[in-house]
Amino acid sequence: MSTPERTTARLLASEIRSGARSARTVLEEHLVAIEAREGEINAFNLVLADEARVAADVIDARVAAGEDPGPLAGVPVALKDNMCTRGIPTTCSSRILEGWRPPYDATVVERLVAAGAVVVGKTNLDEFAMGSSTENSAFGVTRNPLDPAKVPGGSSGGSAAAVAAGFTPLALGSDTGGSIRQPAALCGVVGVKPTYGTVSRYGLVAYASSLDQIGPFSRTVADSALMLEVIGGHDRRDSTSIPKPAPDLSSVLDYGVEGLRIGIIEELSGDGLEGIAGDVQARLHEAVAVLEAAGATVVSTSVPSVVYGLSAYYVVAPAEASSNLARYDGVRFGLRVDAPNAGDMNTATRTAGFGDEVKRRIMLGTYALSAGYYDAYYGKSQKVRTLILEDFARAYGEFDLLLSPTAPTTAFPIGEKTADPMTMYLNDVCTIPSNLAGHPSMSVPFGVGDDGMPVGVQVLAPASGEPTMLRAAKVLEAAAPDGHPAVGGTMVGSPAGVRNE
Amino acid sequence: MSDDATTEIVPGWETVIGLEVHAELATATKLFSDAPNRFGGEPNTNVDPVSLGLPGSLPVLNEQAVELAIRVGLSLHCRVQRSVFARKNYFYPDMPKDFQISQYDLPINEEGWMELADGRRVGIERAHLEEDTGKSTHVGGGGRIHEAGHSLVDYNRAGVPLIEIVGAPDLRCAEDARAYVSELRSILVAIGASDGKMEEGSMRVDCNVSVRPVGDAELGTRCEIKNINSLRSLGRAIVYESRRQVDLITAGERVEQQTRHWNEDEGRTHKLRSKEEAYDYRYFPEPDLVPVDPSEEWIESVRAALPVLPRERRHRLAEAAGVDTATASLTVERGMDDLAVDAIGAGADPTRVLVHVENNLADGAGALTAASFAALVAMEVGGDLTATQAKTVLATLVTDGGNPAAVAADLGFEAMEDGALESVVDDLIAAHPEDWAAFTSGDDKERKKKSGFFVGMVMKATSGQADGRAVNEILARRAGA
Repeated sequence: MSTPERTTARLLASEIRSGARSARTVLEEHLVAIEAREGEINAFNLVLADEARVAADVIDARVAAGEDPGPLAGVPVALKDNMCTRGIPTTCSSRILEGWRPPYDATVVERLVAAGAVVVGKTNLDEFAMGSSTENSAFGVTRNPLDPAKVPGGSSGGSAAAVAAGFTPLALGSDTGGSIRQPAALCGVVGVKPTYGTVSRYGLVAYASSLDQIGPFSRTVADSALMLEVIGGHDRRDSTSIPKPAPDLSSVLDYGVEGLRIGIIEELSGDGLEGIAGDVQARLHEAVAVLEAAGATVVSTSVPSVVYGLSAYYVVAPAEASSNLARYDGVRFGLRVDAPNAGDMNTATRTAGFGDEVKRRIMLGTYALSAGYYDAYYGKSQKVRTLILEDFARAYGEFDLLLSPTAPTTAFPIGEKTADPMTMYLNDVCTIPSNLAGHPSMSVPFGVGDDGMPVGVQVLAPASGEPTMLRAAKVLEAAAPDGHPAVGGTMVGSPAGVRNE
Repeated sequence: MSDDATTEIVPGWETVIGLEVHAELATATKLFSDAPNRFGGEPNTNVDPVSLGLPGSLPVLNEQAVELAIRVGLSLHCRVQRSVFARKNYFYPDMPKDFQISQYDLPINEEGWMELADGRRVGIERAHLEEDTGKSTHVGGGGRIHEAGHSLVDYNRAGVPLIEIVGAPDLRCAEDARAYVSELRSILVAIGASDGKMEEGSMRVDCNVSVRPVGDAELGTRCEIKNINSLRSLGRAIVYESRRQVDLITAGERVEQQTRHWNEDEGRTHKLRSKEEAYDYRYFPEPDLVPVDPSEEWIESVRAALPVLPRERRHRLAEAAGVDTATASLTVERGMDDLAVDAIGAGADPTRVLVHVENNLADGAGALTAASFAALVAMEVGGDLTATQAKTVLATLVTDGGNPAAVAADLGFEAMEDGALESVVDDLIAAHPEDWAAFTSGDDKERKKKSGFFVGMVMKATSGQADGRAVNEILARRAGA
């Protein structure tokens, strides 16, 4: 019997579809893993053990009846708790939504279930996906399975931790400014932010609508490709959904990088920007060597406007958030703090229900959209977005892919950055430009830093460039240095969750 | 639009009026979701995650609503253009998302005009798409939000598509404002865009009013009046508000820019909020929707499918009947212009046709055909039927149809021989010598009075079969003899 920490979704699904193993057995193994460490890690807001058992039994019955339950047959998955699940609490890790049960499933949930996946729980996040450490949750901090004294990154820290800890082989996160890629890097797993519009946002509780995108976490590049094929493709319920079927990724994964032209973004790789740690820079340079050895041409290139990305993001995202989060007013769902009249009830509810970071961003965004300030803030930020798009367009005229670190450092200790929001915001400096441009990018684990914690390399691609991006990630994964903490595609290194013992 | 001194509500002062009309579009489903767009129903039954603004829900634009908006734009001679939805942010319990999806700097329709029945044109600044809110019912405290014990919210209306038609400040009096709304309503109904029912709230009017001394070029400070629920209220509110503003200015005070509420029972407006208290709506482009960019092809196909509009129908009838468009308007409003034009085309006298439509066909034309209408008018003009008989025959043609000559015969309406009529008149003259003396006294007033008396007596004696004109001719001949 393989241990949950060492299996891949592909392997599990193929075993379950062939009848070699039962979905129920696979599920129970994962529930045991959760039972063992969830108390310490707190990856989940809710574990749906009973519901998952029912779903797994249904999968087994279908296999027994000669049916094929789909490409993710019996594969346990975790959902970030900002994705709507019918009849199941969906909290966004906020007091204001505590107890709310959506009457509908998000499109991604429908598609996962239709592909045979078994939902085992809802994972913790920074409240309303606002944060980079999963310390802003109303339901407690999530710890990094590789070193519980450290953060897992955020905002999808619960999903990243769940995969890194072997709780599930797959999880979904959402990425608005790096919320999939940064925790993937900090937890040593693969995380993909697809092209804006590839995955339906219907049922994803909005943070910043023009930036939000759902994507997979997995231990291997191939598993992320598989999950993306299942959740991607047009959805009429999301007007920003690209009217095309999901991209075929699995069949091109092993095409390699020979002949590809890859640019290292100077501004984000250490030479142009303060704060990229030396060990992170060193891993990036080793990754470059791997790609060159595999036949790619890799050179440094400038994408000058990316340095304004962080500033633009902290106008655009809070502005949209201030509007998206207005509906939490105590009238229709979630928390209500009673008061003598509607306005006071509204204020009392929001004061009690939102955490500090959410309030900070609502205030930032409200200010940025106010009469007399709109042009100076929101208007200018949209111009920066245009500039970044133009710079990327120029770069992609020359290169197939771009490269940078995912995060400036490895995972930092819990509590280290909570007092200083600006320091915390800097965590996303490398990941934000892709969101502003709507482009795909991903983090692939590549060795460890001086502290033994994982480092992620970010591969960036132009719109709909996922196939090429995943090919490069696969090459990096195959050549990742020993000591890689999470389990790579080649099944080398020590299992997650034991290296600190 | 009009410099006519008779439009002055307060002598020496000009009222400047611009109307914003919201009309619910007659779509099957809501503007951004598949929930039904249906009036009434149990509270909170015509809803879904999108129209309740539940977390995670997303709007998807209703194509039928866009088509109806294009119809409105084309009917109002607007430029139909690429448009962008924006969020209008403010907190209110009956607005599910606490923002309204509307159109701001790029509306779907811009810069058009509409012609009133008398031919004058009013500018249309824009006609844009937006979603409706739910409805609050405040329980206790006289139904006012601030004094209510609690409030109930019904979201059935939330997300219903609205077209907001912003008129230019071209109107000058209450009558014009009412004529504008009537005309707009006729157009919306004619093109199938809306049922235009003010009483059900599917058509709502906000009214901007300012005053200035006659002759001044500069506009005064305006107030926006809300809660106008009928054409009658619209007129009353304009008159009240004009006087209030003139009173303020003549008392040496200033008009403050305000949003005011019309109270129908009290017959007055009161302040809702001043400009300083106005919301900062923090408009920004709606990121969950893409711009709407209707193709030239689509716009032209919508244009080709438009029905003939009231304006063109008035012009067509006016031309056929040789009258002005204002005279033709009632017939068009009643939807009998095709009938009238065809009857006139078949040779009927236009004046008699319009008189019958206006006076005798208020309840509809029923089974009446243009051919029988024309034949009836011909009999009337030819003296075969009196006006009274013609009216009676017409009523039968409306209910049962048929040939007017046959109907007249069935009713026993045959024109009296002149000789028979003369002898009736002579008998009456003999029987009423004093009245006859007054008729022939030479006093015009007396003559008119007595002519009425004798015609009445003749009608009585002939059971209404006599032709009034013929009686008068006989009386004149006898008096002259």
